[in-house]
Amino acid sequence: MKPKEKQNTVELYYMEARAKLIDIAAFMDRIERDGFTDDFRYKAFKDALRELDSENRAQSVLLSLSDPTEELIPFATTKAACGAWPDKP
Amino acid sequence: MRYIEPHAHMVSRTTDDYMAMVTAGCKAVCEPAFWAGFDRSSAHGFYDYFCQLTDYEPKRAAKFGLPHFSWLCINPKESEDVKLADEVIALIPEFLKRENVLGIGEIGLNKNSRNEMTVLEKHVNVAAENDQLILVHTPHLEDKRKGTQLIVDLIKSDSRIDPGKVLIDHVEEHTAKYVMDAGFWGGLTLYPESKCTSARAIDILENFGSERLWLNSACDWGVSVPLAVPYAAHEMRRRGYDDDAIDQVFYRNPVKFLSQCPNFTVR
Repeated sequence: MKPKEKQNTVELYYMEARAKLIDIAAFMDRIERDGFTDDFRYKAFKDALRELDSENRAQSVLLSLSDPTEELIPFATTKAACGAWPDKP
Repeated sequence: MRYIEPHAHMVSRTTDDYMAMVTAGCKAVCEPAFWAGFDRSSAHGFYDYFCQLTDYEPKRAAKFGLPHFSWLCINPKESEDVKLADEVIALIPEFLKRENVLGIGEIGLNKNSRNEMTVLEKHVNVAAENDQLILVHTPHLEDKRKGTQLIVDLIKSDSRIDPGKVLIDHVEEHTAKYVMDAGFWGGLTLYPESKCTSARAIDILENFGSERLWLNSACDWGVSVPLAVPYAAHEMRRRGYDDDAIDQVFYRNPVKFLSQCPNFTVR
Protein backbone atom coordinates (compact mmCIF):
# COMPACT_ATOMS: atom_id res chain seq x y z
CA MET A 1 0.00 0.00 0.00
CA LYS A 2 1.38 3.38 -1.02
CA PRO A 3 -0.10 6.88 -1.01
CA LYS A 4 -1.03 8.48 -4.31
CA GLU A 5 0.87 11.59 -3.26
CA LYS A 6 4.08 10.62 -1.48
CA GLN A 7 4.90 13.05 1.31
CA ASN A 8 8.29 14.11 2.67
CA THR A 9 8.36 11.89 5.77
CA VAL A 10 11.37 13.73 7.19
CA GLU A 11 9.27 16.87 7.07
CA LEU A 12 6.37 15.03 8.71
CA TYR A 13 8.21 13.16 11.45
CA TYR A 14 11.62 14.73 12.16
CA MET A 15 10.64 16.97 15.07
CA GLU A 16 8.64 14.18 16.74
CA ALA A 17 11.53 11.72 16.36
CA ARG A 18 14.03 14.33 17.57
CA ALA A 19 11.97 14.87 20.72
CA LYS A 20 11.78 11.12 21.35
CA LEU A 21 15.54 10.76 20.85
CA ILE A 22 16.24 13.47 23.43
CA ASP A 23 13.76 11.81 25.79
CA ILE A 24 15.70 8.53 25.46
CA ALA A 25 18.97 10.33 26.16
CA ALA A 26 17.46 12.01 29.22
CA PHE A 27 15.99 8.67 30.39
CA MET A 28 19.42 7.03 30.21
CA ASP A 29 21.06 9.95 32.02
CA ARG A 30 18.39 9.68 34.74
CA ILE A 31 18.79 5.91 35.21
CA GLU A 32 22.57 6.18 35.38
CA ARG A 33 22.42 9.19 37.70
CA ASP A 34 20.07 7.30 40.03
CA GLY A 35 22.10 4.09 39.93
CA PHE A 36 19.56 1.65 38.48
CA THR A 37 21.75 0.40 35.65
CA ASP A 38 21.63 -3.22 36.87
CA ASP A 39 17.89 -3.49 36.28
CA PHE A 40 17.31 -6.21 33.64
CA ARG A 41 14.93 -3.92 31.77
CA TYR A 42 17.58 -1.22 31.42
CA LYS A 43 20.14 -3.77 30.27
CA ALA A 44 17.64 -5.07 27.69
CA PHE A 45 16.95 -1.50 26.63
CA LYS A 46 20.65 -0.84 26.01
CA ASP A 47 20.97 -4.11 24.08
CA ALA A 48 17.98 -3.13 21.95
CA LEU A 49 19.62 0.18 21.04
CA ARG A 50 22.23 -1.79 19.08
CA GLU A 51 19.43 -2.90 16.74
CA LEU A 52 19.18 0.67 15.44
CA ASP A 53 22.08 -0.26 13.16
CA SER A 54 20.07 -3.08 11.55
CA GLU A 55 17.90 -2.90 8.42
CA ASN A 56 14.45 -3.65 9.91
CA ARG A 57 14.93 -1.58 13.03
CA ALA A 58 11.43 -1.71 14.54
CA GLN A 59 11.18 -5.47 14.07
CA SER A 60 14.72 -6.04 15.38
CA VAL A 61 14.16 -3.92 18.49
CA LEU A 62 10.91 -5.78 19.24
CA LEU A 63 12.63 -9.15 18.80
CA SER A 64 15.51 -8.06 21.00
CA LEU A 65 13.02 -7.35 23.81
CA SER A 66 11.09 -10.61 23.27
CA ASP A 67 11.12 -14.01 24.96
CA PRO A 68 13.05 -16.12 22.40
CA THR A 69 11.95 -19.51 23.78
CA GLU A 70 9.36 -21.73 22.12
CA GLU A 71 7.89 -23.84 24.95
CA LEU A 72 4.76 -23.17 26.99
CA ILE A 73 5.53 -22.25 30.61
CA PRO A 74 4.14 -24.58 33.35
CA PHE A 75 1.78 -21.92 34.73
CA ALA A 76 1.36 -18.14 34.80
CA THR A 77 2.56 -16.51 38.01
CA THR A 78 1.53 -13.00 36.96
CA LYS A 79 -0.85 -11.43 34.47
CA ALA A 80 1.35 -8.49 33.52
CA ALA A 81 4.18 -8.16 31.02
CA CYS A 82 7.15 -5.92 31.82
CA GLY A 83 8.53 -5.10 28.37
CA ALA A 84 11.74 -7.14 28.51
CA TRP A 85 12.58 -10.81 28.93
CA PRO A 86 13.87 -11.29 32.50
CA ASP A 87 15.97 -14.39 31.67
CA LYS A 88 18.02 -12.75 28.93
CA PRO A 89 21.71 -13.56 29.58
CA MET B 1 -15.27 9.89 7.08
CA ARG B 2 -17.02 6.66 8.08
CA TYR B 3 -15.35 3.94 10.13
CA ILE B 4 -15.95 0.78 12.14
CA GLU B 5 -14.49 0.45 15.64
CA PRO B 6 -13.81 -3.31 15.55
CA HIS B 7 -12.44 -3.66 19.08
CA ALA B 8 -13.58 -1.52 22.00
CA HIS B 9 -14.50 -2.40 25.58
CA MET B 10 -17.36 0.03 25.84
CA VAL B 11 -18.62 -1.26 29.21
CA SER B 12 -15.58 0.58 30.60
CA ARG B 13 -16.29 3.83 28.76
CA THR B 14 -18.60 6.77 29.26
CA THR B 15 -21.49 8.08 27.19
CA ASP B 16 -19.21 11.00 26.24
CA ASP B 17 -17.09 8.46 24.37
CA TYR B 18 -20.11 7.14 22.48
CA MET B 19 -21.00 10.71 21.53
CA ALA B 20 -17.45 11.46 20.35
CA MET B 21 -17.22 8.26 18.31
CA VAL B 22 -20.52 8.82 16.54
CA THR B 23 -19.59 12.43 15.84
CA ALA B 24 -16.29 11.25 14.33
CA GLY B 25 -18.11 8.92 11.90
CA CYS B 26 -18.28 5.59 13.71
CA LYS B 27 -20.92 3.34 12.11
CA ALA B 28 -20.63 0.27 14.37
CA VAL B 29 -18.72 -0.80 17.46
CA CYS B 30 -17.64 -4.36 18.27
CA GLU B 31 -16.90 -5.41 21.84
CA PRO B 32 -14.90 -8.54 22.69
CA ALA B 33 -15.26 -10.13 26.13
CA PHE B 34 -12.24 -9.22 28.25
CA TRP B 35 -10.68 -9.19 31.71
CA ALA B 36 -12.41 -6.82 34.10
CA GLY B 37 -9.15 -5.78 35.76
CA PHE B 38 -9.83 -8.29 38.54
CA ASP B 39 -10.61 -12.02 38.50
CA ARG B 40 -14.31 -12.83 38.62
CA SER B 41 -15.09 -15.20 41.48
CA SER B 42 -17.42 -17.57 39.63
CA ALA B 43 -19.12 -18.41 36.36
CA HIS B 44 -22.14 -16.44 37.58
CA GLY B 45 -20.09 -13.26 37.12
CA PHE B 46 -19.50 -14.22 33.49
CA TYR B 47 -23.19 -14.98 32.97
CA ASP B 48 -24.00 -11.44 34.08
CA TYR B 49 -21.19 -10.04 31.92
CA PHE B 50 -22.45 -11.90 28.84
CA CYS B 51 -25.93 -10.46 29.52
CA GLN B 52 -24.35 -7.02 29.71
CA LEU B 53 -22.53 -7.54 26.38
CA THR B 54 -25.57 -8.91 24.55
CA ASP B 55 -28.42 -6.95 26.07
CA TYR B 56 -27.63 -3.87 28.15
CA GLU B 57 -24.64 -2.43 26.26
CA PRO B 58 -26.32 -2.64 22.80
CA LYS B 59 -29.20 -0.65 24.25
CA ARG B 60 -26.82 1.95 25.70
CA ALA B 61 -25.08 2.29 22.31
CA ALA B 62 -28.42 2.50 20.52
CA LYS B 63 -29.21 5.69 22.43
CA PHE B 64 -26.45 7.24 20.31
CA GLY B 65 -27.58 5.56 17.10
CA LEU B 66 -24.58 3.23 17.16
CA PRO B 67 -25.00 -0.49 16.35
CA HIS B 68 -23.19 -2.58 18.97
CA PHE B 69 -21.88 -6.14 18.46
CA SER B 70 -20.09 -8.46 20.84
CA TRP B 71 -17.74 -11.45 21.05
CA LEU B 72 -17.87 -14.01 23.87
CA CYS B 73 -15.25 -15.96 25.81
CA ILE B 74 -13.30 -16.17 29.04
CA ASN B 75 -10.27 -13.95 28.50
CA PRO B 76 -6.80 -15.58 28.56
CA LYS B 77 -5.92 -13.56 31.66
CA GLU B 78 -8.44 -15.75 33.53
CA SER B 79 -7.54 -19.00 31.77
CA GLU B 80 -5.18 -20.34 34.41
CA ASP B 81 -8.21 -21.75 36.26
CA VAL B 82 -9.31 -24.45 33.81
CA LYS B 83 -12.29 -25.57 35.94
CA LEU B 84 -13.70 -22.04 35.93
CA ALA B 85 -12.99 -21.78 32.22
CA ASP B 86 -14.92 -25.00 31.56
CA GLU B 87 -17.93 -23.60 33.42
CA VAL B 88 -17.78 -20.33 31.49
CA ILE B 89 -17.29 -22.00 28.10
CA ALA B 90 -20.37 -24.14 28.81
CA LEU B 91 -22.40 -20.90 29.02
CA ILE B 92 -21.34 -19.63 25.60
CA PRO B 93 -23.51 -21.71 23.19
CA GLU B 94 -26.69 -20.33 24.79
CA PHE B 95 -25.48 -16.77 24.20
CA LEU B 96 -24.42 -17.41 20.60
CA LYS B 97 -28.13 -17.24 19.74
CA ARG B 98 -28.28 -13.55 20.73
CA GLU B 99 -28.62 -11.27 17.72
CA ASN B 100 -25.58 -9.03 18.31
CA VAL B 101 -23.03 -11.84 18.78
CA LEU B 102 -20.23 -12.04 16.19
CA GLY B 103 -18.34 -15.07 17.43
CA ILE B 104 -15.74 -16.29 19.94
CA GLY B 105 -13.28 -13.73 21.28
CA GLU B 106 -11.02 -12.32 22.36
CA ILE B 107 -9.46 -15.69 23.08
CA GLY B 108 -5.73 -16.42 22.95
CA LEU B 109 -2.76 -16.43 25.27
CA ASN B 110 -1.45 -14.01 27.89
CA LYS B 111 1.68 -15.49 29.51
CA ASN B 112 1.91 -18.51 27.18
CA SER B 113 1.15 -21.10 29.86
CA ARG B 114 -0.06 -24.69 29.44
CA ASN B 115 -3.46 -23.97 30.97
CA GLU B 116 -3.94 -20.90 28.76
CA MET B 117 -3.28 -23.13 25.74
CA THR B 118 -5.74 -25.76 27.00
CA VAL B 119 -8.46 -23.13 27.33
CA LEU B 120 -7.61 -21.67 23.91
CA GLU B 121 -8.08 -25.15 22.37
CA LYS B 122 -11.48 -25.47 24.08
CA HIS B 123 -12.58 -22.09 22.70
CA VAL B 124 -11.44 -22.99 19.18
CA ASN B 125 -13.45 -26.17 19.47
CA VAL B 126 -16.61 -24.23 20.40
CA ALA B 127 -16.04 -21.95 17.41
CA ALA B 128 -15.58 -24.92 15.07
CA GLU B 129 -18.62 -26.78 16.37
CA ASN B 130 -20.82 -23.69 16.04
CA ASP B 131 -19.30 -22.26 12.82
CA GLN B 132 -18.29 -18.99 14.50
CA LEU B 133 -15.83 -16.26 13.62
CA ILE B 134 -12.80 -16.09 15.94
CA LEU B 135 -11.10 -13.00 17.37
CA VAL B 136 -7.72 -13.69 18.96
CA HIS B 137 -5.83 -11.64 21.55
CA THR B 138 -2.05 -11.98 21.30
CA PRO B 139 0.14 -11.49 24.39
CA HIS B 140 1.69 -8.22 25.46
CA LEU B 141 5.23 -6.94 25.01
CA GLU B 142 7.97 -9.57 25.57
CA ASP B 143 5.44 -12.42 25.34
CA LYS B 144 3.94 -11.43 21.98
CA ARG B 145 6.34 -13.09 19.52
CA LYS B 146 6.22 -16.49 21.15
CA GLY B 147 2.50 -16.34 21.90
CA THR B 148 1.56 -15.27 18.40
CA GLN B 149 3.46 -18.16 16.86
CA LEU B 150 1.93 -20.68 19.29
CA ILE B 151 -1.57 -19.35 18.52
CA VAL B 152 -1.10 -19.31 14.76
CA ASP B 153 0.35 -22.82 14.77
CA LEU B 154 -2.52 -24.18 16.89
CA ILE B 155 -5.36 -22.69 14.83
CA LYS B 156 -3.66 -23.45 11.53
CA SER B 157 -3.45 -27.12 12.51
CA ASP B 158 -7.24 -27.36 12.99
CA SER B 159 -8.65 -28.30 9.58
CA ARG B 160 -12.17 -27.28 10.66
CA ILE B 161 -11.14 -23.62 10.87
CA ASP B 162 -11.04 -21.37 7.81
CA PRO B 163 -8.16 -18.90 8.38
CA GLY B 164 -10.19 -16.23 6.56
CA LYS B 165 -12.69 -16.35 9.43
CA VAL B 166 -10.03 -15.69 12.10
CA LEU B 167 -8.57 -12.32 13.05
CA ILE B 168 -5.34 -12.30 15.07
CA ASP B 169 -5.28 -9.00 16.94
CA HIS B 170 -2.55 -6.73 18.32
CA VAL B 171 0.01 -7.59 15.63
CA GLU B 172 3.18 -5.51 15.42
CA GLU B 173 6.21 -5.38 13.14
CA HIS B 174 7.65 -8.67 14.46
CA THR B 175 4.42 -10.69 14.24
CA ALA B 176 2.45 -9.31 11.28
CA LYS B 177 4.19 -11.44 8.63
CA TYR B 178 3.69 -14.69 10.54
CA VAL B 179 -0.04 -13.97 10.83
CA MET B 180 -0.55 -12.79 7.26
CA ASP B 181 1.48 -15.61 5.69
CA ALA B 182 -0.78 -18.13 7.47
CA GLY B 183 -3.84 -16.63 5.75
CA PHE B 184 -5.37 -14.99 8.81
CA TRP B 185 -6.64 -11.44 9.16
CA GLY B 186 -4.59 -9.16 11.41
CA GLY B 187 -5.55 -6.36 13.77
CA LEU B 188 -3.42 -3.31 14.60
CA THR B 189 -4.15 -1.82 18.01
CA LEU B 190 -3.49 1.86 18.58
CA TYR B 191 -2.21 2.39 22.12
CA PRO B 192 -0.20 5.35 23.36
CA GLU B 193 2.61 3.16 24.77
CA SER B 194 2.26 -0.59 24.73
CA LYS B 195 1.17 -1.37 21.17
CA CYS B 196 1.18 0.69 17.90
CA THR B 197 1.23 4.40 17.26
CA SER B 198 -0.69 5.64 14.23
CA ALA B 199 2.53 6.18 12.30
CA ARG B 200 3.75 2.63 12.97
CA ALA B 201 0.37 1.15 12.10
CA ILE B 202 0.49 2.86 8.70
CA ASP B 203 4.07 1.64 8.22
CA ILE B 204 2.78 -1.91 8.78
CA LEU B 205 0.00 -1.38 6.23
CA GLU B 206 2.62 -0.18 3.74
CA ASN B 207 5.00 -3.07 4.45
CA PHE B 208 2.58 -6.00 4.78
CA GLY B 209 -0.39 -4.96 2.62
CA SER B 210 -3.73 -3.54 3.63
CA GLU B 211 -6.11 -6.21 2.32
CA ARG B 212 -6.47 -8.30 5.50
CA LEU B 213 -5.71 -5.76 8.23
CA TRP B 214 -7.91 -3.54 10.36
CA LEU B 215 -7.13 -0.91 13.00
CA ASN B 216 -8.75 -0.63 16.40
CA SER B 217 -8.48 1.38 19.60
CA ALA B 218 -9.12 -1.50 22.04
CA CYS B 219 -10.17 1.25 24.43
CA ASP B 220 -10.95 -0.03 27.91
CA TRP B 221 -10.43 0.97 31.56
CA GLY B 222 -6.67 1.48 31.03
CA VAL B 223 -4.64 4.09 29.18
CA SER B 224 -6.32 4.08 25.77
CA VAL B 225 -7.94 6.49 23.32
CA PRO B 226 -11.49 5.84 22.07
CA LEU B 227 -10.90 8.07 19.04
CA ALA B 228 -7.60 6.43 18.13
CA VAL B 229 -9.08 4.98 14.92
CA PRO B 230 -10.18 8.30 13.35
CA TYR B 231 -6.90 9.83 14.59
CA ALA B 232 -5.05 7.14 12.59
CA ALA B 233 -7.19 7.97 9.57
CA HIS B 234 -6.03 11.56 9.93
CA GLU B 235 -2.45 10.32 10.02
CA MET B 236 -3.04 8.43 6.76
CA ARG B 237 -4.34 11.62 5.21
CA ARG B 238 -1.18 13.45 6.35
CA ARG B 239 0.84 10.75 4.59
CA GLY B 240 -0.90 11.50 1.32
CA TYR B 241 -3.58 8.80 1.19
CA ASP B 242 -6.87 9.73 -0.47
CA ASP B 243 -10.40 9.21 0.84
CA ASP B 244 -10.85 5.91 -1.00
CA ALA B 245 -7.76 4.33 0.57
CA ILE B 246 -8.85 5.52 4.00
CA ASP B 247 -12.36 4.16 3.51
CA GLN B 248 -10.89 0.82 2.45
CA VAL B 249 -8.85 0.43 5.63
CA PHE B 250 -11.21 1.92 8.19
CA TYR B 251 -14.62 0.85 6.82
CA ARG B 252 -14.62 -1.66 3.97
CA ASN B 253 -11.97 -3.98 5.47
CA PRO B 254 -13.72 -4.51 8.81
CA VAL B 255 -17.11 -4.74 7.10
CA LYS B 256 -15.73 -7.45 4.78
CA PHE B 257 -14.43 -9.57 7.66
CA LEU B 258 -17.35 -9.02 10.02
CA SER B 259 -19.99 -9.60 7.32
CA GLN B 260 -18.99 -13.26 7.35
CA CYS B 261 -21.19 -13.35 10.44
CA PRO B 262 -24.88 -13.07 9.46
CA ASN B 263 -25.58 -11.04 12.60
CA PHE B 264 -23.36 -8.17 11.40
CA THR B 265 -25.24 -5.51 9.52
CA VAL B 266 -24.35 -1.87 9.07
CA ARG B 267 -26.36 0.88 7.45
